[in-house]
Amino acid sequence: MLQRDYTTSQLDVLEAEAIHIMREVAAEFERPCLLFSGGKDSIVMLRIAEKAFWPAPIPFPLMHVDTGHNFDEVIEFRDRRTAELGARLIVASVQESIDQGRVVEQTGRRASRNRLQTTTLLDAIEAHEFDAVFGGARRDEEKARAKERVFSFRDDFGQWDPKNQRPELWNLYNARIRKGEHIRVFPLSNWTELDVWDYIRREGIEIPSIYFAHTRKVFERDGMLLPDADVVQRGDDEPLFEAVVRYRTVGDMTCTGAVQSPATTVEEIIEEIAVTRITERGATRADDRSSEAAMEDRKREGYF
Amino acid sequence: MDILRFATAGSVDDGKSTLIGRLLYDSKAIFEDQLEAVERTSRDRGTEYTDLSLLTDGLRAEREQGITIDVAYRYFATPRRKFIIADTPGHIQYTRNMVTGASTADLAIILIDARKGVLEQSRRHAFLASLLRVPHLVLAVNKMDLVDYSQERFEEIREEFTSFASKLNVGDLTFIPISALNGDNVVSRSENMPWYLGTSLLHHLENVHIASDRNLTDVRFPVQYVIRPQRATDHAFHDYRGYAGQVAGGVLKPGDEVMHLPSGLTTRIASIDTFDGPVEEAFSPMSVTLRFEDDLDISRGDMIARPNNQPSVAQELEAMICWMADGVKLTPRTKLTIKHTTRTARALVRDLHYRLDVNTLHRDEEATSLGLNEIGRVSLRITQPLFVDDYSRNRTTGGFILVDEATNGTVAAGMVMDAH
Repeated sequence: MLQRDYTTSQLDVLEAEAIHIMREVAAEFERPCLLFSGGKDSIVMLRIAEKAFWPAPIPFPLMHVDTGHNFDEVIEFRDRRTAELGARLIVASVQESIDQGRVVEQTGRRASRNRLQTTTLLDAIEAHEFDAVFGGARRDEEKARAKERVFSFRDDFGQWDPKNQRPELWNLYNARIRKGEHIRVFPLSNWTELDVWDYIRREGIEIPSIYFAHTRKVFERDGMLLPDADVVQRGDDEPLFEAVVRYRTVGDMTCTGAVQSPATTVEEIIEEIAVTRITERGATRADDRSSEAAMEDRKREGYF
Repeated sequence: MDILRFATAGSVDDGKSTLIGRLLYDSKAIFEDQLEAVERTSRDRGTEYTDLSLLTDGLRAEREQGITIDVAYRYFATPRRKFIIADTPGHIQYTRNMVTGASTADLAIILIDARKGVLEQSRRHAFLASLLRVPHLVLAVNKMDLVDYSQERFEEIREEFTSFASKLNVGDLTFIPISALNGDNVVSRSENMPWYLGTSLLHHLENVHIASDRNLTDVRFPVQYVIRPQRATDHAFHDYRGYAGQVAGGVLKPGDEVMHLPSGLTTRIASIDTFDGPVEEAFSPMSVTLRFEDDLDISRGDMIARPNNQPSVAQELEAMICWMADGVKLTPRTKLTIKHTTRTARALVRDLHYRLDVNTLHRDEEATSLGLNEIGRVSLRITQPLFVDDYSRNRTTGGFILVDEATNGTVAAGMVMDAH
């Protein structure tokens, strides 16, 4: 008999693991939901969900925490993709949280709704009684995330306690919670930025156009290129110029920087990432730069 | 390109962070902004060298106290392989974290300071790696530069460790003399140790054969989720009924005769389905959906095996337990929730046979409880049958966790022994 080598490629291993995680959640929780922002990680997560339950439809709704400061291209993509799948989309609006007085809008040039999202997210989780919430976060993104579990326990207040996490062994996930508590679930924990792009290429997955090089009016702040938009406050000392840019991450216009790049295809993006020397969050996210522990502090409060 | 998951054991003093930092840096997995942040923090703290442990110690409390609290996962890739490092801390909660990191590891690196030789903690690390059945063990004898790259010293350590390891179940043991600080034998062969004829550490990590570490003999498919797309708009799937799960052992093919447990009924595999189309075979760790020729009553927590090769159907389990809870102890009569593959049940601790001293391997048969980070052998009674194999034969069908019913915390990791 011919001896066959049962080697499994890294993308197949990661996909199989993520599918296993999704099915565990569907089997063990009453009311899961999947956070879908229209960013590349949540797009990959959505494809995994499609695969995990095929030929049945995805057995949980999608939710987007909409700051009102998103890129138009991303919102258009979000709605189109949701419609294609016939999935139910819940939009939790930061603007509504502001209007209801749940949060207070920051003011000034560096105002951002980034931190306000946490309240909107937690309010929505409570209102819909979600007990498991899928997020697309990866451990390679940031050092606080490097220590977070795949099934990450949140208390009644939605808080994460990094010093008191449940040990996680083999592929056995502890799904037990009390009413009011929930679990954040990260099926892409072991993926790197490059894995995500390799997977997008292999699967031929569509992504929003702003990930590819395009000409845009931008200005420079703290070494980042921010877009010219109504919601972004720009000072007189911050002149606009046109540049060929693309986005490595997709967040709020107010805090997501573009990178100068000529990459117009997924292949070119992969080539570029393979040689880049700066992390995607370091290059493009003002929200992570505010302190050494910026991400940990926000996560403790209940952030994504 | 495949994935190698490895755990690193050792304390900061052994040069573990330096080694990881070097692997990450030389494979370009550390980015400039990360390195700048670490350099800045090192300077602020008055450290003379760039403290690479700051790369992995991400939590505020860790940086403030200069300790590692938890398992950190790090990623790097070479053109040959993608690597996932489970970096486990050396001091605090050591056993719990190393057991966690080792549970999924294909390989463990144990660091030894060439000046100090085999210490108590080296033996503890090796024991835990063997308990968790990590298939490949690398003893990295570090700081060779501080013993003048002495072959004699290296051989001494090798002999001492080999003699100890013969008491353990270590499958594949490799010794590599390195200097993490200078890079000797880390990425490329060192010219300082011409007497060493083996490969560099990275070369070993890239080439160690792991595909056959999985169990490809005993068919085990824990049913995870039943797929019945009644709402599907496509009428082709109206009567579809598939059983989804991740293969835990063996190779499954369409047409194979299989047995369903607990019913004991047999049927044949009609099709192995995936979103991307049916496949001709499925093996670990693939996530697939099985359809059968006969209509059986199958639900989550059931097991698919072969008529002539079945797991043990057990309500009484013998197991090694690593207790991981702060405060509460494990004692006879403790009631817990057990999660084993996709089945959850209740477990009663019938007996604690002994507590094992992880440093000396001495069995204390007088012990009446297990506290945090202690390991012991227990008998459990389960409220419903579990479909188990010896952990040494299959890590997936032999491993389980125990959950405290009051706090919902995961309080123990268990490994099935003597399943019959």
